[in-house]
Amino acid sequence: MSTATADAVMDYDEAMGKFDPVMGLEVHVELHTATKMFCGCPTEFGAEPNSQVCPVCLGLPGALPVVNEKAVESAIRIGLALNCEIAEWCRFARKNYFYPDMPKNFQTSQYDEPIAFEGHLDVELEDGTVYRVEIERAHMEEDTGKSLHIGGATGRIHGADHSLVDYNRAGIPLIEIVTKPMVGAGERAPEVAKAYVSALRDLLRALDVSDVKMEQGSMRCDANVSLRPRVGAPLDEAQLAVPLGTRTETKNVNSLRSVERAVRYEISRHAAILDGGGSILQETRHWHEDTGITTSGRVKSDAEDYRYFPEPDLVPVAPTRETVEALRGTLPEPPGLRRKRLQSDWGYSDLEMRDVVNAGAVELIEETVAAGASAGAAKKWWLGEPSRRANGEGQDIVTYAAGLGLTPAHIAELDGLVTAGRLNDSMARQVLDGVLAGEGTPTAVADARGLELVQDDGALEAAVDKVIEANPDVAAKIRDGKVAAAGALIGQVMKEMKGQADAGKARELILAKLQ
Amino acid sequence: MTDLPTDLTRATAADLADALARKTISSVEVTQAHLDRIAAVDGQVHSYLHVDTDGALAQARAVDERRRAGESLGALAGVPIAVKDVMTTKGVPTTCGSRILEGWIPPYDATVVTKLRESGLPILGKTNMDEFAMGSSTEHSAYGPSHNPWDLDRIPGGSGGGSSSVLASFQAPLATGTDTGGSIRQPAAVTATVGTKPTYGGVSRYGLVALASSLDQAGPCGRTVLDTALLHAVMGGHDPMDSTSIDAPVPPVVEAARAADVRGMKIGVVKELGGEGYQPGVRARFDESVALLEELGAEVVEVSCPNFEYALAAYYLILPSEASSNLAKFDAMRYGLRVLPEGVDAPSAEQVMAATRDAGFGDEVKRRIILGTYALSSGYYDAYYGSAQKVRALIAQDFDAAYSKVDVLVSPTAPTTAFRLGDKLEDPMAMYLNDIATIPANLAGVPGMSIPSGLADEDGLPAGIQILAPATKDERLYSVGAALEAALVDRWGGPILDRAPSLGGAAAAKGA
Repeated sequence: MSTATADAVMDYDEAMGKFDPVMGLEVHVELHTATKMFCGCPTEFGAEPNSQVCPVCLGLPGALPVVNEKAVESAIRIGLALNCEIAEWCRFARKNYFYPDMPKNFQTSQYDEPIAFEGHLDVELEDGTVYRVEIERAHMEEDTGKSLHIGGATGRIHGADHSLVDYNRAGIPLIEIVTKPMVGAGERAPEVAKAYVSALRDLLRALDVSDVKMEQGSMRCDANVSLRPRVGAPLDEAQLAVPLGTRTETKNVNSLRSVERAVRYEISRHAAILDGGGSILQETRHWHEDTGITTSGRVKSDAEDYRYFPEPDLVPVAPTRETVEALRGTLPEPPGLRRKRLQSDWGYSDLEMRDVVNAGAVELIEETVAAGASAGAAKKWWLGEPSRRANGEGQDIVTYAAGLGLTPAHIAELDGLVTAGRLNDSMARQVLDGVLAGEGTPTAVADARGLELVQDDGALEAAVDKVIEANPDVAAKIRDGKVAAAGALIGQVMKEMKGQADAGKARELILAKLQ
Repeated sequence: MTDLPTDLTRATAADLADALARKTISSVEVTQAHLDRIAAVDGQVHSYLHVDTDGALAQARAVDERRRAGESLGALAGVPIAVKDVMTTKGVPTTCGSRILEGWIPPYDATVVTKLRESGLPILGKTNMDEFAMGSSTEHSAYGPSHNPWDLDRIPGGSGGGSSSVLASFQAPLATGTDTGGSIRQPAAVTATVGTKPTYGGVSRYGLVALASSLDQAGPCGRTVLDTALLHAVMGGHDPMDSTSIDAPVPPVVEAARAADVRGMKIGVVKELGGEGYQPGVRARFDESVALLEELGAEVVEVSCPNFEYALAAYYLILPSEASSNLAKFDAMRYGLRVLPEGVDAPSAEQVMAATRDAGFGDEVKRRIILGTYALSSGYYDAYYGSAQKVRALIAQDFDAAYSKVDVLVSPTAPTTAFRLGDKLEDPMAMYLNDIATIPANLAGVPGMSIPSGLADEDGLPAGIQILAPATKDERLYSVGAALEAALVDRWGGPILDRAPSLGGAAAAKGA
């Protein structure tokens, strides 16, 4: 539980009337290379603490780094996918500061010579509007170890009794992707922030360079927010000419939803301070997922000085143009184009496709279709109960389904049971409930719960006869050609059959008998 | 085939290696002889910080066993060696002459140490040094200075004074060194021994506790040019663990040392190294050596390297900058010394780091950390570190220009003979000036060697001559060094080191 108290905030709409927000997002992505950035240690998540370490990533005296070529390749591919220039020659640099989870007390990073720079990513918002995010740079660096502060109320170092450090994460390759100031988004700034991180995640997943699991920290977002006075519409030249305000950097924003909420919160908080005549302190802020607020972290003064200098233990990285072009050839279809192709393959309307994209279910549906389901059924099932429940849990659908062991194969199997006439829709929903409850595969759930359409035509015919006899008025209407009235009889037949009948078949029988 | 002296510690490594190969002696005998010598004299010289008696004898037994089994062994198999305490040795303490690493037992071997072990050289122990290799006298060792066997009141050079005094007092036939600004060559010069700083990248730096990464280079130390070459061949070569390591075979240094031929070579005397500030006796021995080289068939010309004037200033910006970052890891969190601040109930990590670094680092280390931190600070970086890098490029250009005219360059190694312990301790600038002739090679990454040039008339102490070659042409050092060495042995009627006072009597007396 967070003990931090909330600052004053201004109503969002009011804030937007008075101020223009500018954002800058820094996203750290852990590459899923087999080994670390500068040594041969494995990078597997969740191993026994301090079991994946060696003299190099522990920073023991005398140890030296050697660059992981796979990581450089991944960095170049990310740069290319973000439409960046790739440096012909660049170096690593040391970022010097003391912290117990940093073995060498400097981080080997890149400073003024990033591997990739000057790119952009087009981001589609929920209503289909496209916002271009300008990318300043993507650079390579190593992750730090992970500190665990024990005994305090907040899990932070202040008030902790003691701290433990796990160096398994130290030296895992990171790519830091930094946007240019994102201007002109206006009131949609929080939405743009979320859409950008989401699009970036999709891109990185398509590149197969990272697990991009925000909840495990393999993708982490720091959101910089500043406000400047509102003098016109977001894209008015006069508005764009207003100098940027002082920014805060909110750390620890580790879900898509949080990105949006945190930006929105900071805008409202800044607005309250500025409107009250105060000024913004340039500082890092911590995002609290539970309470939805940020609290003050480290004050960033001008005195903060990382004393960067070129890393003398490494030689420059100088990818040949041939290498870069060869890597460009390995890029996957850009997610945007891919979506357009899939939409056409699947026959979805724009609205349907946007629902699927917003639900984060594109890949799930693609796999489900590949497993044999129809595109319509795949969408229906994924966007139904699983999606509703994932939302309720504040998780994305992929993570939620993975957590429950619900796979595209399951959905395809479920659809197969419906198509084969074994289940009707309502029975299929019950089966899905069972799968979500961990009762097994759809077939196993249907078997265990005894869910199966009655295939005995005699029983169905008897039920139809009984219902027609009991409803002479309705029967007469149907005989007069009012076919729509059959619905009322079908309902009663299904009731007679305790739901275990094929409604289509019941309809056929009723009409056959009355026409 | 040379007969070995009765006292095995007086033999050269090459002769010991021959006798071992012929199985007329065993490695255990040779190793034990040196351990006995250490026990007898190291109380006076203080060359070693740690003597690994059991480890050395175990390695000696193992190599004898391998030889008996008929395994093919390296050229120096069975010849014992002393290792500078800046190189990590698995299971054997490594302090770098610093209090902050007291008690640290590395879990891994430096690549150089691995090569020594694989080549069957028993490691006698770890040699003293200025703390983290910062100094020219070993007086900055947290464990007390080493003494010059020529005069125990004088410095044995630094930072590798432990290794030079080991050789000059016959406590090991070979030793390793590291040279960031002269730490192999200057100690060799003031003790009448031989030392080479190879081309940057010629010997792996993996496992060398870094002082200044872009300047540090490990190299061989011996009493003869051939011994040094043999060790160079063992230590050198590409190491995938060191990104800055040269991916090429070791230059043919042993062949060059054996050929000892300077006929037709062009030798340049560096005009800027050898004038004002150089002791007359050092200068005289240098001039004689140059004359000898001419007699041996080399052509000698004077060469100007105008930017060398700025080398010392650039060096004392680049070195502290890199050192300030390299030494940041000593923070009491994971290994080494941990000091809790006084009067603090529940000290924070930051307070423990500060207290430990305060207690664990000596004054010279603190001085350089402060210098480097300042030089790298934003707002000063361009003026200091940036300018120093430009000077470095100019010095490399001077070398390139010189090597377009000559094959090697020569100069006195150090401006003076060994000074008295304590003489320069309070004057860092005077201490730094001792490296004025050796620093340019580190800044440019080119190889250099020091061999004895004789004894200075005014004090009877050894002087050294430095030979410098273009990058990757290390073999030229050995061609010139070996030819000159032979000529000087003729001139002096034997190795110059034979004139050093014997420490045996004093030790025997003390032992009695």
